[in-house]
Amino acid sequence: MKAAILVFPGSNCDRDLATAFRAAGCDVTMVWHKDTALPAGTDIVGVPGGFSFGDYLRCGAIAANAPVIGALRDHAARGGYVLGICNGFQVLTETGLLPGALLRNARLKYICRTVGLRVEGESLFTHAYGTGTEIALPIAHHDGNYYADADTLDRLEGEGRVAFRYTETPNGSQRDIAGILSENRRVLGMMPHPERACDPAQGNTDGARLFAHLAGALTAA
Amino acid sequence: MKARVEIMLKTGVLDPQGEAVRHALGALGFDGVGGVRQGKVIELELPDGTTEATVADMCEKLLANTVIESYRIEMA
Repeated sequence: MKAAILVFPGSNCDRDLATAFRAAGCDVTMVWHKDTALPAGTDIVGVPGGFSFGDYLRCGAIAANAPVIGALRDHAARGGYVLGICNGFQVLTETGLLPGALLRNARLKYICRTVGLRVEGESLFTHAYGTGTEIALPIAHHDGNYYADADTLDRLEGEGRVAFRYTETPNGSQRDIAGILSENRRVLGMMPHPERACDPAQGNTDGARLFAHLAGALTAA
Repeated sequence: MKARVEIMLKTGVLDPQGEAVRHALGALGFDGVGGVRQGKVIELELPDGTTEATVADMCEKLLANTVIESYRIEMA
């Protein structure tokens, strides 16, 4: 399976994400934000965490208009898989590939700790855990307070597109939402960092199953 | 010519920074401040003849996130 990881000025989880994909057996190519094409045969695009363009204007807003985003949109339109983590989730909402927006945390603090998550929406990303399972993943963000209007939230819940929910919201997110899926369930945006929980040395390996299942399923396909 | 764009969180979207400012005002003894909303102002230097519609396009595409923000344009 081939993964492409977008790199913006200020991305800082790009190499962690590459390590997680490689550990799961994927070929990984890093793609600079000025590139206008993805490597041929890309199965999944990773949009990494960090502070793209210094979080100027709004988190993810400048990155969402970078040259490489045209290729990302084409990939998603073809039914390609996309995984946006933390700043990557913010970029995906700014591009409109996922609904809603991420506001400043309700208590204004940058939060860096491990949180409990309930796995919900069925998808290739969540399948390894199974619906209803509780896992733990680290979060590290200042703007992770998920917001969407009530109709959008109802639609997401009605269609089973809430992939992960906080067992106890750390940041004020509407309906405790930590990650959501696109309509075709192939684009996932999530604030927690599965790539930071992939190796026993990181103290937690709950994230590894996500990458292992993705790699297995996409290689078989 | 210049344009001035004022961007605010939409009504109903929680503004935690505004709330923090309101609390701080209360702590300084300014009682009775019912609400504080914090936004941003962007000043643009533009070629003469730029229309408000062009600035609105800039707001829709980049300057504001219309999921959570509203904008107001003043052409000068």
